[in-house]
Amino acid sequence: MTARIGVVTFPGTLDDRDASRAVRLAGAEAVELFHADADLKDVDAVVLPGGFSYGDYLRAGAISRFAPIMDKVVDAANGGMPVLGICNGFQVLTEVHLLPGSMIKNEHLHFICRDQTLRVENAETSWTTEYQDGEEIVIPLKNQDGQYVADDYTLDQLEAEGRVAFRYVGWNPNGSRRDIAGITNERGNVVGLMPHPEHAVEAGFGPDSRESGRMGTDGLAFFTSAIKGLLATA
Amino acid sequence: MATILVHVMPKPEILDPQGKAVGAALPRLGFDGISQVRQGKRFELTVDGEVTDEVLANVRKAAETLLSNPVIEDVVQVKVVREGGCGCGGHGHGAGKAEKDLLA
Repeated sequence: MTARIGVVTFPGTLDDRDASRAVRLAGAEAVELFHADADLKDVDAVVLPGGFSYGDYLRAGAISRFAPIMDKVVDAANGGMPVLGICNGFQVLTEVHLLPGSMIKNEHLHFICRDQTLRVENAETSWTTEYQDGEEIVIPLKNQDGQYVADDYTLDQLEAEGRVAFRYVGWNPNGSRRDIAGITNERGNVVGLMPHPEHAVEAGFGPDSRESGRMGTDGLAFFTSAIKGLLATA
Repeated sequence: MATILVHVMPKPEILDPQGKAVGAALPRLGFDGISQVRQGKRFELTVDGEVTDEVLANVRKAAETLLSNPVIEDVVQVKVVREGGCGCGGHGHGAGKAEKDLLA
């Protein structure tokens, strides 16, 4: 069996091609999904990629969440399907209330583009089982509306339930509360993060590693984690 | 025809980076004495026909559902301006009758 992972394209999505490429490099079939179709095409998992859907008008992700495909994504996520939201996809997941909190403009207002170190805080989600708890990874980060905010009650709850999936290490690039880079839902099947694992999946095209330039592939395990989980339950 | 204004502001406890940046720029330009700036959004919704309670309830629902995100923002005002104007005091976006009256 080959796992089928859907990648959603909204108007203004930028990283759908890279996300599909990451899915294929990890060993699954990438299935194109379109925002206007209320059809998940029998996929086993869904990636909401980065970009500026609807030009970030109103708020990032605010209009995309009402796209016909999102009703299906929400139903599937509530049924346990692995869903990964990257950057703008993370913003869509918070707007549609699959994940708590929200993203506001970076504290310093600058657009940031850099190779970012993260610590994997929860290696038991559908998208992180191929990592170790506490493992540090380097993947690209690029955003302007990346400051994760939530009220203290929600933040305490996330911490207590181990739902902070990733934390920024070394430098908090956007002022996110408690250095949070990504979170998961109670069940662990829905994960959202601001940095971009799909840009760090092939040697020669990834972030700089300690050993040599452009060789970082730390993002690939997001996708191999999901695939392994899907094949185990198939 | 009437215009309904909806004002949305970041919640008081949410840091407002844009307002902060504007606040920092003001004294640099010689505008002293302003201790804080918070930046929100103003929506002008034009509706055909009477603004009934039902229409207003519908707009309030839209304001809570799409125009604002309750996690980070509050809808601070929903206000009806009749006869095509928006009561803004005239900032050159197609002044209606009410707006002209205000300017007069």
